[in-house]
Amino acid sequence: MALSAADRAAVRALWRKLGSNVCIYTTEALERTFASFPATKTYFPHFDLSPGSAQVKAHGKKVADALTLAVAHLDDLPGALSALSDLHALQLRVDPVNFKFLGHCLLVTLARHYPGDFGPAMHASLDKFLSHVSAALASSYRWTPEGVAGPQPPLPRAPESQ
Amino acid sequence: MVHFSAEEKAAITGLWGKVHVEEAGGEALGRLLVVYPWTQRFFDNFGNLSSASAIMGNPKVKAHGKKVLTSFGEAIKNMDNLKGSFAKLSELHCDKLHVDPENFRLLGNVLVIILASHFGKEFTPEVQAAWQKLVAGVATALAHKYH
Repeated sequence: MALSAADRAAVRALWRKLGSNVCIYTTEALERTFASFPATKTYFPHFDLSPGSAQVKAHGKKVADALTLAVAHLDDLPGALSALSDLHALQLRVDPVNFKFLGHCLLVTLARHYPGDFGPAMHASLDKFLSHVSAALASSYRWTPEGVAGPQPPLPRAPESQ
Repeated sequence: MVHFSAEEKAAITGLWGKVHVEEAGGEALGRLLVVYPWTQRFFDNFGNLSSASAIMGNPKVKAHGKKVLTSFGEAIKNMDNLKGSFAKLSELHCDKLHVDPENFRLLGNVLVIILASHFGKEFTPEVQAAWQKLVAGVATALAHKYH
Protein backbone atom coordinates (compact mmCIF):
# COMPACT_ATOMS: atom_id res chain seq x y z
CA MET A 1 0.00 0.00 0.00
CA ALA A 2 2.91 2.35 -0.72
CA LEU A 3 2.14 5.84 -2.01
CA SER A 4 2.29 5.76 -5.80
CA ALA A 5 3.55 8.65 -7.89
CA ALA A 6 -0.09 9.50 -8.66
CA ASP A 7 -0.96 9.51 -4.94
CA ARG A 8 1.92 11.85 -4.17
CA ALA A 9 1.03 14.18 -7.04
CA ALA A 10 -2.61 14.30 -5.90
CA VAL A 11 -1.74 15.06 -2.27
CA ARG A 12 0.80 17.76 -3.24
CA ALA A 13 -1.66 19.38 -5.65
CA LEU A 14 -4.40 19.53 -3.04
CA TRP A 15 -2.01 20.90 -0.43
CA ARG A 16 -0.95 23.67 -2.83
CA LYS A 17 -4.62 24.51 -3.27
CA LEU A 18 -5.24 24.63 0.49
CA GLY A 19 -2.34 27.06 0.81
CA SER A 20 -2.29 28.89 4.12
CA ASN A 21 -5.76 27.61 5.03
CA VAL A 22 -4.59 24.18 6.15
CA CYS A 23 -4.88 25.17 9.81
CA ILE A 24 -8.52 26.20 9.34
CA TYR A 25 -9.34 22.70 8.15
CA THR A 26 -7.25 20.87 10.74
CA THR A 27 -8.99 22.93 13.46
CA GLU A 28 -12.39 21.97 12.04
CA ALA A 29 -11.23 18.34 11.85
CA LEU A 30 -10.33 18.47 15.54
CA GLU A 31 -13.76 19.93 16.40
CA ARG A 32 -15.43 17.17 14.40
CA THR A 33 -13.30 14.53 16.09
CA PHE A 34 -14.27 15.76 19.56
CA ALA A 35 -17.97 15.88 18.56
CA SER A 36 -18.16 12.47 16.86
CA PHE A 37 -15.66 10.54 18.95
CA PRO A 38 -16.03 11.91 22.47
CA ALA A 39 -13.41 9.54 23.93
CA THR A 40 -10.79 11.61 22.10
CA LYS A 41 -11.54 14.46 24.50
CA THR A 42 -9.92 12.45 27.30
CA TYR A 43 -6.54 13.56 25.95
CA PHE A 44 -7.45 17.22 26.41
CA PRO A 45 -8.82 17.67 29.92
CA HIS A 46 -6.75 20.85 30.16
CA PHE A 47 -8.34 22.39 27.06
CA ASP A 48 -11.39 24.54 26.62
CA LEU A 49 -13.16 22.50 23.94
CA SER A 50 -16.07 24.88 23.35
CA PRO A 51 -16.66 26.10 19.76
CA GLY A 52 -14.10 28.71 18.71
CA SER A 53 -11.65 27.75 21.45
CA ALA A 54 -8.28 29.45 21.04
CA GLN A 55 -6.56 26.35 22.41
CA VAL A 56 -8.17 24.11 19.78
CA LYS A 57 -7.17 26.61 17.07
CA ALA A 58 -3.59 26.62 18.33
CA HIS A 59 -3.59 22.85 18.34
CA GLY A 60 -5.07 22.81 14.84
CA LYS A 61 -2.10 24.90 13.72
CA LYS A 62 0.32 22.35 15.20
CA VAL A 63 -1.44 19.52 13.37
CA ALA A 64 -1.43 21.58 10.15
CA ASP A 65 2.29 22.22 10.39
CA ALA A 66 2.95 18.51 10.99
CA LEU A 67 0.86 17.49 7.98
CA THR A 68 2.53 20.11 5.79
CA LEU A 69 5.88 18.71 6.90
CA ALA A 70 4.63 15.24 5.97
CA VAL A 71 3.53 16.43 2.51
CA ALA A 72 7.02 17.88 1.99
CA HIS A 73 8.58 14.50 2.82
CA LEU A 74 6.31 11.97 1.15
CA ASP A 75 9.37 9.90 0.28
CA ASP A 76 10.32 9.42 3.91
CA LEU A 77 7.37 9.78 6.24
CA PRO A 78 8.82 7.66 9.06
CA GLY A 79 11.99 9.76 9.05
CA ALA A 80 10.22 13.10 8.84
CA LEU A 81 7.75 12.18 11.59
CA SER A 82 10.10 10.31 13.92
CA ALA A 83 10.29 13.09 16.51
CA LEU A 84 6.48 13.43 16.53
CA SER A 85 6.20 9.67 16.81
CA ASP A 86 8.42 9.69 19.88
CA LEU A 87 6.34 12.51 21.35
CA HIS A 88 3.04 10.68 20.84
CA ALA A 89 4.42 7.33 21.95
CA LEU A 90 6.50 8.24 24.93
CA GLN A 91 5.09 11.47 26.32
CA LEU A 92 1.53 11.93 25.14
CA ARG A 93 0.82 8.21 24.93
CA VAL A 94 -2.16 8.68 22.64
CA ASP A 95 -3.70 5.36 21.60
CA PRO A 96 -3.02 5.05 17.86
CA VAL A 97 -6.69 4.30 17.13
CA ASN A 98 -7.29 8.01 17.58
CA PHE A 99 -5.12 8.88 14.57
CA LYS A 100 -7.73 7.09 12.45
CA PHE A 101 -10.56 9.19 13.91
CA LEU A 102 -8.76 12.47 13.24
CA GLY A 103 -7.78 11.27 9.75
CA HIS A 104 -11.41 10.41 8.97
CA CYS A 105 -12.65 13.78 10.23
CA LEU A 106 -10.02 15.55 8.13
CA LEU A 107 -11.37 13.71 5.07
CA VAL A 108 -14.90 14.77 6.05
CA THR A 109 -13.74 18.39 6.42
CA LEU A 110 -11.99 18.42 3.05
CA ALA A 111 -14.97 16.75 1.35
CA ARG A 112 -17.25 19.36 2.87
CA HIS A 113 -15.10 22.32 1.70
CA TYR A 114 -13.76 20.99 -1.61
CA PRO A 115 -16.44 18.65 -2.97
CA GLY A 116 -15.38 19.33 -6.55
CA ASP A 117 -11.82 18.23 -5.82
CA PHE A 118 -12.78 15.24 -3.73
CA GLY A 119 -13.47 12.61 -6.38
CA PRO A 120 -12.90 8.89 -5.66
CA ALA A 121 -9.26 8.90 -6.82
CA MET A 122 -8.34 11.92 -4.65
CA HIS A 123 -10.29 10.38 -1.75
CA ALA A 124 -8.24 7.18 -2.13
CA SER A 125 -4.89 9.02 -2.34
CA LEU A 126 -5.66 11.16 0.71
CA ASP A 127 -6.87 8.19 2.71
CA LYS A 128 -3.66 6.33 1.88
CA PHE A 129 -1.53 9.35 2.78
CA LEU A 130 -3.26 9.75 6.14
CA SER A 131 -2.88 6.02 6.91
CA HIS A 132 0.82 6.34 6.19
CA VAL A 133 1.04 9.36 8.49
CA SER A 134 -0.79 7.41 11.22
CA ALA A 135 1.52 4.43 10.76
CA ALA A 136 4.59 6.68 10.93
CA LEU A 137 3.22 8.31 14.11
CA ALA A 138 2.63 4.90 15.67
CA SER A 139 6.06 3.56 14.70
CA SER A 140 7.72 4.42 18.03
CA TYR A 141 5.05 2.83 20.15
CA ARG A 142 6.58 -0.54 20.93
CA TRP A 143 10.16 0.61 21.03
CA THR A 144 11.63 1.42 24.40
CA PRO A 145 14.82 3.38 24.00
CA GLU A 146 17.61 2.18 26.23
CA GLY A 147 18.15 4.42 29.19
CA VAL A 148 14.42 4.92 29.76
CA ALA A 149 13.46 1.39 30.63
CA GLY A 150 16.68 -0.41 29.80
CA PRO A 151 17.32 -2.93 27.01
CA GLN A 152 14.55 -5.44 26.44
CA PRO A 153 15.28 -9.12 27.18
CA PRO A 154 15.35 -11.40 24.10
CA LEU A 155 12.12 -13.25 23.34
CA PRO A 156 12.09 -16.77 24.82
CA ARG A 157 13.04 -19.43 22.31
CA ALA A 158 10.37 -21.91 21.21
CA PRO A 159 11.07 -25.28 22.88
CA GLU A 160 13.00 -27.75 20.71
CA SER A 161 10.61 -30.39 19.39
CA GLN A 162 11.33 -33.90 20.67
CA MET B 1 -28.85 -0.38 22.72
CA VAL B 2 -28.11 2.88 20.90
CA HIS B 3 -30.31 5.74 21.98
CA PHE B 4 -30.84 8.73 19.69
CA SER B 5 -31.94 12.04 21.11
CA ALA B 6 -34.68 14.01 19.39
CA GLU B 7 -32.05 16.37 17.98
CA GLU B 8 -29.97 13.49 16.61
CA LYS B 9 -33.02 11.93 14.97
CA ALA B 10 -33.92 15.28 13.43
CA ALA B 11 -30.36 15.75 12.13
CA ILE B 12 -30.50 12.32 10.52
CA THR B 13 -34.00 12.33 9.04
CA GLY B 14 -33.68 15.96 7.97
CA LEU B 15 -30.70 15.15 5.77
CA TRP B 16 -31.98 11.75 4.65
CA GLY B 17 -35.06 13.31 3.10
CA LYS B 18 -32.79 15.15 0.66
CA VAL B 19 -30.56 12.20 -0.23
CA HIS B 20 -30.90 10.73 -3.69
CA VAL B 21 -30.67 7.11 -2.57
CA GLU B 22 -29.88 5.55 -5.93
CA GLU B 23 -27.06 7.97 -6.70
CA ALA B 24 -25.63 8.08 -3.19
CA GLY B 25 -25.75 4.30 -2.87
CA GLY B 26 -23.77 3.79 -6.04
CA GLU B 27 -21.29 6.46 -5.02
CA ALA B 28 -20.83 4.99 -1.53
CA LEU B 29 -20.26 1.45 -2.71
CA GLY B 30 -18.08 2.63 -5.59
CA ARG B 31 -15.85 4.69 -3.32
CA LEU B 32 -15.58 1.76 -0.89
CA LEU B 33 -14.23 -0.41 -3.72
CA VAL B 34 -11.85 2.34 -4.92
CA VAL B 35 -10.49 3.55 -1.58
CA TYR B 36 -10.32 0.08 0.04
CA PRO B 37 -9.63 -2.21 -2.93
CA TRP B 38 -9.57 -5.36 -0.82
CA THR B 39 -13.35 -4.96 -0.39
CA GLN B 40 -13.62 -6.02 -4.04
CA ARG B 41 -13.19 -9.58 -2.77
CA PHE B 42 -16.96 -9.82 -2.35
CA PHE B 43 -17.73 -8.76 -5.89
CA ASP B 44 -15.82 -11.06 -8.25
CA ASN B 45 -18.88 -11.41 -10.46
CA PHE B 46 -19.39 -7.68 -10.90
CA GLY B 47 -17.36 -7.44 -14.09
CA ASN B 48 -14.94 -4.57 -14.73
CA LEU B 49 -13.49 -3.18 -11.48
CA SER B 50 -10.09 -2.43 -12.98
CA SER B 51 -9.97 1.33 -12.38
CA ALA B 52 -11.68 4.05 -10.38
CA SER B 53 -13.73 5.15 -13.39
CA ALA B 54 -14.64 1.55 -14.27
CA ILE B 55 -15.83 0.98 -10.72
CA MET B 56 -17.80 4.23 -10.43
CA GLY B 57 -19.47 3.58 -13.80
CA ASN B 58 -20.13 -0.13 -13.24
CA PRO B 59 -23.90 -0.78 -13.44
CA LYS B 60 -23.74 -3.70 -10.99
CA VAL B 61 -21.96 -1.49 -8.44
CA LYS B 62 -24.66 1.16 -8.84
CA ALA B 63 -27.47 -1.37 -8.51
CA HIS B 64 -25.99 -2.99 -5.47
CA GLY B 65 -25.20 0.37 -3.89
CA LYS B 66 -28.84 1.35 -4.32
CA LYS B 67 -29.92 -1.89 -2.61
CA VAL B 68 -27.59 -1.31 0.33
CA LEU B 69 -28.61 2.30 0.84
CA THR B 70 -32.32 1.52 0.51
CA SER B 71 -31.89 -0.94 3.35
CA PHE B 72 -30.12 1.79 5.31
CA GLY B 73 -33.15 4.00 4.74
CA GLU B 74 -35.41 1.36 6.27
CA ALA B 75 -33.18 1.38 9.34
CA ILE B 76 -33.58 5.13 9.67
CA LYS B 77 -37.32 4.51 10.11
CA ASN B 78 -36.43 2.18 13.01
CA MET B 79 -33.58 3.94 14.75
CA ASP B 80 -34.77 2.74 18.14
CA ASN B 81 -34.46 -0.89 17.13
CA LEU B 82 -31.53 -1.25 14.78
CA LYS B 83 -30.64 -4.72 16.06
CA GLY B 84 -34.16 -5.99 15.41
CA SER B 85 -34.35 -4.34 12.00
CA PHE B 86 -31.06 -5.84 10.83
CA ALA B 87 -31.33 -9.30 12.44
CA LYS B 88 -32.08 -11.18 9.22
CA LEU B 89 -29.50 -9.21 7.22
CA SER B 90 -26.96 -9.90 9.94
CA GLU B 91 -27.49 -13.64 9.62
CA LEU B 92 -27.22 -13.35 5.85
CA HIS B 93 -23.93 -11.40 5.96
CA CYS B 94 -22.44 -13.93 8.38
CA ASP B 95 -23.75 -17.27 7.16
CA LYS B 96 -24.05 -16.78 3.43
CA LEU B 97 -21.95 -13.77 2.46
CA HIS B 98 -19.11 -14.18 5.00
CA VAL B 99 -18.44 -10.45 5.25
CA ASP B 100 -16.04 -9.21 7.94
CA PRO B 101 -18.01 -6.63 9.98
CA GLU B 102 -15.08 -4.23 9.64
CA ASN B 103 -16.43 -3.64 6.12
CA PHE B 104 -19.66 -2.21 7.57
CA ARG B 105 -17.62 0.37 9.48
CA LEU B 106 -15.65 1.27 6.35
CA LEU B 107 -18.83 1.72 4.30
CA GLY B 108 -20.44 3.78 7.07
CA ASN B 109 -17.49 6.18 7.09
CA VAL B 110 -17.50 6.44 3.30
CA LEU B 111 -21.20 7.35 3.49
CA VAL B 112 -20.44 10.09 6.04
CA ILE B 113 -17.78 11.52 3.71
CA ILE B 114 -20.21 11.53 0.77
CA LEU B 115 -22.83 13.33 2.85
CA ALA B 116 -20.21 15.94 3.77
CA SER B 117 -19.37 16.51 0.11
CA HIS B 118 -23.05 16.80 -0.89
CA PHE B 119 -24.32 18.90 1.99
CA GLY B 120 -21.32 21.13 2.72
CA LYS B 121 -22.14 23.77 5.29
CA GLU B 122 -25.23 21.87 6.45
CA PHE B 123 -23.02 18.96 7.50
CA THR B 124 -21.94 20.58 10.76
CA PRO B 125 -19.92 18.74 13.40
CA GLU B 126 -23.16 18.10 15.33
CA VAL B 127 -24.89 16.64 12.28
CA GLN B 128 -21.82 14.53 11.54
CA ALA B 129 -21.81 13.26 15.14
CA ALA B 130 -25.43 12.07 14.82
CA TRP B 131 -24.59 10.29 11.59
CA GLN B 132 -21.45 8.68 13.03
CA LYS B 133 -23.68 7.31 15.80
CA LEU B 134 -26.11 5.95 13.24
CA VAL B 135 -23.51 4.29 11.03
CA ALA B 136 -21.82 2.78 14.09
CA GLY B 137 -25.22 1.51 15.29
CA VAL B 138 -25.96 -0.01 11.88
CA ALA B 139 -22.53 -1.67 11.74
CA THR B 140 -23.02 -3.12 15.22
CA ALA B 141 -26.54 -4.30 14.38
CA LEU B 142 -25.30 -6.01 11.22
CA ALA B 143 -22.60 -7.76 13.21
CA HIS B 144 -24.92 -8.69 16.06
CA LYS B 145 -25.93 -12.14 14.81
CA TYR B 146 -22.42 -13.20 13.89
CA HIS B 147 -21.24 -16.42 15.43
